[in-house]
Amino acid sequence: MSDVKPRTLFDKIWDSHVVEKLPDGTCILYIDRHLLHEVTSPQAFEGLRLAGRKVRRPDCTIAVADHNIPTVGSRVPGDIKEADSRIQVQTLEKNVVEFGVPYIPILDVRQGIVHIIGPELGLSLPGTTIVCGDSHTSTHGAMGALAFGIGTSEVEHVMATQTLLQRPAKNMKVQVDGTLGFGCSAKDIVLAIIGKLGTAGGTGHVIEYTGEAIRALDMAGRMTVSNMSIEAGARAGLVAPDETTIEYVKGRDFAPKGAAWEQAVAHWRTLPSDAGAHYDTTLVMHAGDIAPMVTWGTNPGAVVPITGVVPDPAAEPDEGKRAQMERMLEYMALTPGQKLADVPVDVVFIGSCTNGRIEDIRAAAAVAKGRKVASGVQALVVPGSGLVKQQAEREGLDRILLEAGFEWREPCCSMCLGMNPDKLTRGQRCASTSNRNFEGRQGPGGRTHLVSPAMAAAAAVTGRLSDVRQLGRD
Amino acid sequence: MDKFTTLTAVAAPMPMANIDTDKVIPARFLKTIKRSGLGVHLFDTLRYDNEGKERPEFVLNQEPYRHAEIIIAHENFGCGSSREHAPWALLDFGIRCIIAPDFADIFFNNSFKNGILPIRLPRAICDALIDDAKLGGNARITIDLERQVVVRPSGEEIHFDIDPFRKHLLLNGLDDIGQTLQHTPKIDSFEATRRQQQSWLPSTAA
Repeated sequence: MSDVKPRTLFDKIWDSHVVEKLPDGTCILYIDRHLLHEVTSPQAFEGLRLAGRKVRRPDCTIAVADHNIPTVGSRVPGDIKEADSRIQVQTLEKNVVEFGVPYIPILDVRQGIVHIIGPELGLSLPGTTIVCGDSHTSTHGAMGALAFGIGTSEVEHVMATQTLLQRPAKNMKVQVDGTLGFGCSAKDIVLAIIGKLGTAGGTGHVIEYTGEAIRALDMAGRMTVSNMSIEAGARAGLVAPDETTIEYVKGRDFAPKGAAWEQAVAHWRTLPSDAGAHYDTTLVMHAGDIAPMVTWGTNPGAVVPITGVVPDPAAEPDEGKRAQMERMLEYMALTPGQKLADVPVDVVFIGSCTNGRIEDIRAAAAVAKGRKVASGVQALVVPGSGLVKQQAEREGLDRILLEAGFEWREPCCSMCLGMNPDKLTRGQRCASTSNRNFEGRQGPGGRTHLVSPAMAAAAAVTGRLSDVRQLGRD
Repeated sequence: MDKFTTLTAVAAPMPMANIDTDKVIPARFLKTIKRSGLGVHLFDTLRYDNEGKERPEFVLNQEPYRHAEIIIAHENFGCGSSREHAPWALLDFGIRCIIAPDFADIFFNNSFKNGILPIRLPRAICDALIDDAKLGGNARITIDLERQVVVRPSGEEIHFDIDPFRKHLLLNGLDDIGQTLQHTPKIDSFEATRRQQQSWLPSTAA
């Protein structure tokens, strides 16, 4: 009984994956799951090729193309019209063959956004370490896994060694007590958290989300929250595995089966943080205080409740922050004191690794049902994967959305980041369920307001940013 | 990777917080399968207008900052996407060092792996260095990694902290995959143990 120090969920996963601690404190950390996509992997494969190295554990690796895939027309890689997108996808297809890496082809129904399909296929499991060359890898932390984004050099490092050189992060606890009000969702929780922490409040930390409101979320909601941890600067978010998690994983394609399942579940039950475990930072919030949120600026921390107004830079004492706010307002074409609920939109985007799951599409369809997209508004619904699309069609959600005037697209990252044909044009304003409202993120000159799926659907049917609660409970 | 020992260069003042990686290199330029050639698109939307012409007010479009090898900025540099295209674009332009009060974690890691030195210094010192940088071409700033000092044009030296392992890799231009592979026997035995203890973990090759 030498070491009985209580540990957090993060500490437990970390400790069980340290291969070796180097003299200066850097650790060689073992990686259980490496997810690859077409944008951040080509230079890593090239590096391996030049050094004559192999992928050490292809059986712990899986690849899928998502960022460049068009959401309309032919999805055969050779038919992708933009040459550079086509080359990137075809390069991935060549590399997975050359290096023997499992791959989910674009025409496979299981294809989708890498952070949607990981949990959906049972690839992302509690207690494991998961990395991908993409900052929204934090999504998988909702499973109770340590999951974080890495750069291409690190992608190459993991392929060659199945490890990463890392230093332990600090522990942050974000506890959300109470019950969410009508019309509010996981997206509103995480936007409210980022509003409190700021875009760098989580830097150097892993955030563990706890409290009644988090426990009450389904897995999709937990993924939405974990997904945006990086927007508060935290590389990873975590939710302790519980019955909701175990029920979700059970029976999925790549989940353990039979005796292995029993062993896995027994292990997962040991993972939640011990009573008295130390957190370096704690933030407590009350779900009852959270309203549907909407961003007004060009980073996700620039967020207010839909009942609020555009803040006034003149009230900001710090000169640098004031200048930044002024630039944001100029870019967003908003004026101080303007009510957010009065702002008209041109485009609505429902999808992405933040909000492209079946639960998100159900929430959007519930608002769309029996209503029409406002004239002059283009509204896209892009399922996060082929399986999400199939399920939505089974439930008739596609018909509800199409009848309301939404477009029903094929799965891909779509309008989250302007790397495929779905983009905003200069000056267009979009209510978007994605994760980043940076300048030009959805296309050069495009203006993004981040919202929940229900709020996005409300914007589509009213033609302006709207409080979904005012549309009623039907 | 090129070694980083000492650097005496023009520094570009960029007194902005939250310079995100979409600003450093917008997503539409990520469709490359190479590491080189991104410098022309560095800070694309800040640097060029809607017609693709240079914006004269942007610092890297001005002399002597067209030749800057150092950037001095405000808080949370490199937030957002994990794209290593951000350090690749900086490096391709010629930037070898960024000084800021703090950096986003992934960008910070990515920089070291490309031979770019990110230096954290308090905001007041960054502001003083920004004033130095604004003096123009004769006001060179020196970085001495071995001694861990930034030397102002006045000759004043400012100490900075750096992780010793990362310092060692940068000074010697070492690739960290090679370093880790020296520990292969440890990785082998770790995997062997895990295969017994975590036999429940399925293969991705179903």
